[in-house]
Amino acid sequence: MAEIILTPVGKIDIMIEAEVITPDNFTSKSADEIKKLLVWQGPKQLPLSKFFDVKGDAASSPQETSIIIDGDVTRVKRIGAGMTAGKIKINGSTGMHVGSEMNGGEIVVTGDVESWAGMEMKGGLLHIMGNGKDHIGCAYRGSWHGMTGGRILIDGNAVSQLGGGMSGGEIVVTGSVENFCGIRQNAGLIVVKGDANRGVGAEMSGGTIVVSGTIKNFLPGFEHVDTQSDLTFGDITCQGDFLQFSGDHAIVARTKGVLYASKNANEGL
Amino acid sequence: MAQTIEIKNGYVFDPLNEIDGEKMDIFIRDGKVVPELFESEIINAKSIDAKGMTVMPGGVDSHSHIAGAKVNVGRMMRPEDSYKWSRGKTALTHSGSGYTVPSVYLEGYEYSQMGYTTVFEAAVPPLEARHTHEEMRSIPMIDTGGYLVLGNNWFIMRYLRDGDIERAANYVAWMMKTHKTYGIKCVNPAGVENWGWARNVGSLDEANIHFEITPREIIHGLCEINELLGMPMSMHLHCNNLGQPGCCDITRESLAIPNKIKANQNLDVEWAETKIDSKRMQSVYLTHAQFNSFGGTSWGDFESGTKEIIDYVNKTDFIVMDSGCVPFGEATVMTGDGPAIHNLYALTGNKWSNTDIEMECGSGVIPFTYLKANPIHSVQWAMGLELLLMVEDVWKSIMTTDHPNGGTFLKYPQIIAWLMSQQAREKTFGECHAWARDRSDLGGVDRELSLYDIAILTRANPARTVGISHRKGSLGIGADGDVTIYNIDPTELNTRNYEQVISNFEQAEYTIKDGQVVSQQGEIKMIPEKRTYYSDITVKDEGEKDMLSDVKEWFKYYTVGFANYPTPEKYLMNPTPIKVNNER
Repeated sequence: MAEIILTPVGKIDIMIEAEVITPDNFTSKSADEIKKLLVWQGPKQLPLSKFFDVKGDAASSPQETSIIIDGDVTRVKRIGAGMTAGKIKINGSTGMHVGSEMNGGEIVVTGDVESWAGMEMKGGLLHIMGNGKDHIGCAYRGSWHGMTGGRILIDGNAVSQLGGGMSGGEIVVTGSVENFCGIRQNAGLIVVKGDANRGVGAEMSGGTIVVSGTIKNFLPGFEHVDTQSDLTFGDITCQGDFLQFSGDHAIVARTKGVLYASKNANEGL
Repeated sequence: MAQTIEIKNGYVFDPLNEIDGEKMDIFIRDGKVVPELFESEIINAKSIDAKGMTVMPGGVDSHSHIAGAKVNVGRMMRPEDSYKWSRGKTALTHSGSGYTVPSVYLEGYEYSQMGYTTVFEAAVPPLEARHTHEEMRSIPMIDTGGYLVLGNNWFIMRYLRDGDIERAANYVAWMMKTHKTYGIKCVNPAGVENWGWARNVGSLDEANIHFEITPREIIHGLCEINELLGMPMSMHLHCNNLGQPGCCDITRESLAIPNKIKANQNLDVEWAETKIDSKRMQSVYLTHAQFNSFGGTSWGDFESGTKEIIDYVNKTDFIVMDSGCVPFGEATVMTGDGPAIHNLYALTGNKWSNTDIEMECGSGVIPFTYLKANPIHSVQWAMGLELLLMVEDVWKSIMTTDHPNGGTFLKYPQIIAWLMSQQAREKTFGECHAWARDRSDLGGVDRELSLYDIAILTRANPARTVGISHRKGSLGIGADGDVTIYNIDPTELNTRNYEQVISNFEQAEYTIKDGQVVSQQGEIKMIPEKRTYYSDITVKDEGEKDMLSDVKEWFKYYTVGFANYPTPEKYLMNPTPIKVNNER
């Protein structure tokens, strides 16, 4: 696998939009050619070399191309947007829209991500080892069709609107989430190993949400249907006893949505 | 600015002059078509060699939602519609975004690139006329005008109920001038008023509450007023029960209402020379016929009901209709028919919006996606094409998508391909739900329209139907120098290769407006002057005075003051009144 190492240089003033950083765009390019690829900074297009030191040449296919970003890129948005194959590893934290609309391949972020990571993702793996912000794996504003495939793993916490409008794929959060996790979800799987605040599964019409911790303000539109233990979804397992609910009946007439909440952590339910 | 141009050697399709693919030259001097140019002029004129290409008059869209409050609501409620459809600015053009509801600049550029030069906004609520004109003046590249929504107007309903047709006519004339609008639009007559009280009307003879007037009376009244005044276009009708299974019955009945009313277009304008009469023939212009032709009694036994409409249109000669085709994909449904939008919301659960426009009308907006896998949508696709292919006389129909209701105007080339190529229709039959074939007659149609027919559907007939044919829709002497050149060689045209047909119509080789090349192969070359048309109707002074004193009395129910009601001319780009001569 050919490795390209991008090392951030200097301080970035206005955030840059770097959807150009994907194995697809780097394919068959030498380090010098990659340096010349353009990124947006405000209204201007500037070469990648203004912001990164580039080492290594790409392979002749995206599958064989691996990009390592060695350092903090919190002021860089859209890394890996729309990528279809190959690997990106970010040794640090990154800005908004990382892996949004990605279709395949793998992105690993060792630090934190900003909002909109994996927005409307269609395939591949996005692994966030730190924390995430809002709208992860979510639909774009106004749309009700979010992630349709692939997998997002978050080792830390996420904030609000995780998996909003989700229509497929899987999101697993090891930590906790805040509000409206799985809002308008119509298919796919969301697993939260920690706690959730309020609005879990609001307006959901399909798909599955599992919360292994406490749901602080449980929605009234969910009906208890069963109690189950040790859930398995392919290679994803959730240990313990779970209350199974169907919903959200408050809004959706014929919903197929399923919500599992930990029995022990939610005594009032 | 030089507006003198010669277009040489092209195959010309100009139906109003019965020119069917004749190889000839077109000359334009100072923005108008002329028989020839002098030698001295030719030296300085721009010359285009259209050898092996198709030359048509500039495209005219007679029904499209491009400006005003509800289009803007569509833009605001659909950020997702803009996110993936945008273009940056150039030295000449503005940036813009939006697929089904484009921003104003983008609308102009996209229409122009397809070869259109004139587009009419289909529904202007009187109170929103200022807003509509503010948007319309910013749409570049195309001449525009708007139709005033009057089918549930309190004054009209009251005057018609009292049988006071004179006063109603004076009111319409005043309203056209006051709001700088072009023609009469009637949406779900009597029903939208009821919708303010959470009700609708179900039949033509059901009186609405408070005004106690029936849809039949409103339709007849407005058609009568229209011809009394001698309006450029006939009354533009959006029937009751739109979008409900079985609505084809009420549509056919509605179309029969003005059967005794004679078309009387009385314009005081310079007419471009045409071989066939370019005055309008019809006394009612039905819009988006597809949405008004649903058959069956429920969604379970839903079927195409177009046959009833087509048969009736075929045997009469006072009706023109536009198709309202459904080309599949994203759409934003927007209409003055508030209850129809609520029905769609109940069906889909999508985000939606509804508005009551005090004393005048209502409206609603809802995003919609037409899917090939959906049985109803597939039948709707077939119905739109049935309406255009099964009406024998092409001069009775117009091709639209009721943009953006059935789909965006960007899909026009796709519709042209379906009309011109049975192969293209067969391919789509193969991809969509079986109901398209089983529940419509489209599968048995082998008609393939010619380029001449397409020129009628997209230029000559929309222009004649809305009464702008004195300057648009033909290449006759004196017509506006609006020309579209498509890179299609009619002698080698193979419609089995429909993908090629689509791409040729998507991007005109040249779009010429007022004798200037404004776009070429998809690139905007210049921003021409544009005009806004409206009807300036002469009525007798005493009649107007009497009507105004009554209007002022009832104006107390409005939330705006009488003085703030009119739309001043400064809201219009190059206001161009059409003198409607009402000397009786």
